[in-house]
Amino acid sequence: MSIVTVQLGQCGNQIGHEMFSVLCSDIRGTHGLCSKKENESYQDSCKERFFCQEESGVPVARAVLVDMEPKVISQTLSMAARSGHWKYNSHSHFCQKQGSGNNWANGYSVHGPRHKEAIMNLVQKEAEKCDRLGGFFTIMSMAGGTGSGLGAFVTQCLRDAFPTSFILNHVIWPYGTGEVIVQNYNSVLTLSHLYHSSDALLVHENDVIHKICAQLMNIKQISFRDVNQVIAHQLGSVFQPTHTAGGGSGYSRNPLGDLLEPLVPHPEFRMLGLRNIPQMPESSLPYSTFSWPGLIKHLRQILIAKAQMEEGIDWQVRPPHPGSSIPSTNKPLHFNTSIANLVILRGKDVHSVDLGSFQDPSLYTSWLSPQDAFNAWKTPRAFNKYEKSASLVSNSQFLLKPLDSIVGKAWNMFASKAYLHQYTKFGIQEEDFLDCFTTLEQVISSYTNL
Amino acid sequence: AVSLPFAVGQCGNQVGCRFWDLALREHAAVNKKGIYDEALSSFFRNVDTRTGDNGPDIYKGKICSLKARALLIDMEEGVVNEILQGPLRDVFDSKQLITDVSGSGNNWAVGHKIYGCQYQENIVEKLRKTAEHCDCLQCFFIIHSMGGGTGSGLGTFVLNLLEEEFPEVYRFVTSVYPSGEDDVITSPYNSVLAMKELNEHADCVLPIENESLFEIVNKIHQMINSGKLGSAVKQSSLVTSSAGSAKTLQEKPFDAMNNIVANLLLNLTSSARFEGSLNMDLNEISMNLVPFPRLHYLVSSLTPLYTLADVNVPSRRLDQMFSDAFSRDHQLIQADPKHSLYLACALLVRGNVQVSDLRRNIERLKPSLHFVSWNQEGWKTGLCSVPPVGHSHSLLALANNTCVKPTFIELKDRFMKLYKKKAHLHHYLQIDGMEQSCFSEAVSSLSDLIEEYNELDATKGGPRIDPSRLKIAV
Repeated sequence: MSIVTVQLGQCGNQIGHEMFSVLCSDIRGTHGLCSKKENESYQDSCKERFFCQEESGVPVARAVLVDMEPKVISQTLSMAARSGHWKYNSHSHFCQKQGSGNNWANGYSVHGPRHKEAIMNLVQKEAEKCDRLGGFFTIMSMAGGTGSGLGAFVTQCLRDAFPTSFILNHVIWPYGTGEVIVQNYNSVLTLSHLYHSSDALLVHENDVIHKICAQLMNIKQISFRDVNQVIAHQLGSVFQPTHTAGGGSGYSRNPLGDLLEPLVPHPEFRMLGLRNIPQMPESSLPYSTFSWPGLIKHLRQILIAKAQMEEGIDWQVRPPHPGSSIPSTNKPLHFNTSIANLVILRGKDVHSVDLGSFQDPSLYTSWLSPQDAFNAWKTPRAFNKYEKSASLVSNSQFLLKPLDSIVGKAWNMFASKAYLHQYTKFGIQEEDFLDCFTTLEQVISSYTNL
Repeated sequence: AVSLPFAVGQCGNQVGCRFWDLALREHAAVNKKGIYDEALSSFFRNVDTRTGDNGPDIYKGKICSLKARALLIDMEEGVVNEILQGPLRDVFDSKQLITDVSGSGNNWAVGHKIYGCQYQENIVEKLRKTAEHCDCLQCFFIIHSMGGGTGSGLGTFVLNLLEEEFPEVYRFVTSVYPSGEDDVITSPYNSVLAMKELNEHADCVLPIENESLFEIVNKIHQMINSGKLGSAVKQSSLVTSSAGSAKTLQEKPFDAMNNIVANLLLNLTSSARFEGSLNMDLNEISMNLVPFPRLHYLVSSLTPLYTLADVNVPSRRLDQMFSDAFSRDHQLIQADPKHSLYLACALLVRGNVQVSDLRRNIERLKPSLHFVSWNQEGWKTGLCSVPPVGHSHSLLALANNTCVKPTFIELKDRFMKLYKKKAHLHHYLQIDGMEQSCFSEAVSSLSDLIEEYNELDATKGGPRIDPSRLKIAV
């Protein structure tokens, strides 16, 4: 099955480009540590998911690029074409001239309806090119105006036009100390709207990725490109072909379904966090070796202690005593309760890995059995030159504190009524804000009371 | 997206002239192939002049003849004529000019009421024609001074017109405020009457004070002559310089100061014209820096003021650039944002600067700045890859900060000094459409604005009580 990617706004387009680059360079690489036949099968599967073949032989990304100003799309298209290894369809983009002005209401209420037909036509065309449509993957930031506002509108349109397809939104959370002053308003409006039309939100936080760049990748002058490349690597580690649990010998043919069905058992809980280890500069890769037990131990503690990466993990945090049923208010404060987790392992000796520690019932709520709450995909074909790579996609309290912080700051600003006139002039009223706050306070409450 | 500058009055046109000159210099430095591109199109049309001046616009391909998208308005001919005889004469055509001969006599009412009425149709027609050539008109810039008659009176009349004719296009105004020692006695009247218009009809105002420009010019002069720099300064990098632009004649006294303002506008629009990893368009500036409609006065600062020519001398530390942006002597009005209250702050960086440099400096400087309680961490940031001519990096800071208050208070005081004695009032009241109420309403508008800043200042340093959150039934 194929995934149609919709890149929205500057962030969405910049990340989308890095993602397709990584996917393409991974399948072209010879670091798969597997047989030629296995490698070809992997390549075919990736291509089916993300690329279509043109006569020229250059893979064409299954993507629609949307932005309300022209510069980023223009750059993105030409960078891809220059690579010589893949490209975008030269017609599969839509842009305007004036931008959205970091105004969610402008993106949602003005640009959305105005350009709905044109954008959905492009999406329809891409969907029709797929033999079997596996769903939609949208990439957007929630701080600005286009990715956030127009992105929320487009997601709704996708839901209306494709009621039975999977929709996964990749949402970038901005730096806490601001890229955009009204980012918290835009975030609250985006998250609450997406909650109603999307199947799940896969979140990356700029602050977290920035730390990875600084402390693990040893980059001195970190650029947005560096941040985007780490994000792309993490996305690739999830979306490249995998063998699912009962999948037999072939690669999974329903990537979004396989991801979303076990992770989102209840509609109230749709926020997915992502962690990937190890992360290091490419130059260090040949000199590093890792053991699976070590990686699994770290990944589990990252989950339990809500760590952002493999350095600075708080090893003091322990799950509550197994067997006893503890009301949520008595659980250790820093402990992360999960609804469902997915661990994706790629590389050498993957089948020898013991993941029993992730099935510990004390990690989870009581609604699902640990067998249902925890899933693992093991794939021997190594990813992106990492001999061993482990990813965790988690529906847990990972994002609770950051979400609460964003809602708190937005509420603080809302109480003073600052900037509201900028939204009301495009049709988003105070009552609309209140509805969004209510939705998100509900989500916060639900996750808190796990 | 296109930005359309209007230069109104003598000061406005002198600044405007420097702006167009430096804009051409900037685009020439970036655009090596002579292809008419998206960046150029925001300020210039590309006209096929082979068959004459009225040739069609060429939207793609090689540059034929660049024409500035602009309107030059003055009620005296001196300045505009000079522009039309100077090296920029081919950049403008007569359809963009509106001039008269007798001037406004430093009288806001003459500019606003008499010339406004007289030239309204002409202005609207030329405005519409100019707008027709624009694919997507995003923003108007009015460049003028507040203290005279034309820039101040007719300039604010044009502001009103723009709101009526193109309500959806943003209106940015660069206003040069008079100093206390201004030789135009009635400048306080003109300025306060104009302020009311700015309060009500502008989206964003960038106030500039001549004293600040003068101090910057002096500071650079002293630095160069003191020999402290150790090596020569790159001429083209001076924020005050016309080096490398079309103007080769002896620089006039105000040129250095006007170049600063021209550079301000170039930097303000750089991210809309050139690519970068975090674009910042003009509508975003308005969105993020104006929390309440009337509080739209933004204090600006530009750094660095120069770069050294000697490549062996290490470039001034990047962080120094950020520190300077917040220092008193880099602000373009007489104000000290560090000791007043920030409502919002924007940093537009150009050149080889990355997000980590931005983050590091924000973290470093934040503790010494006072932000309003509902916007403790709000920064608007932009990263444009293309640096200004002669620099490897630069920074424009825009602050919505209560430090504008003293400028407005002084203006009001100077106004009241004259108004109490009814000095020179008859020059205004004898104009058709002018009544005493125009004055009282104008000063009242200014007083209200000052009061809003007072209320905000009162919250500074006070206890921070976060409003309680919505409670959800579990």
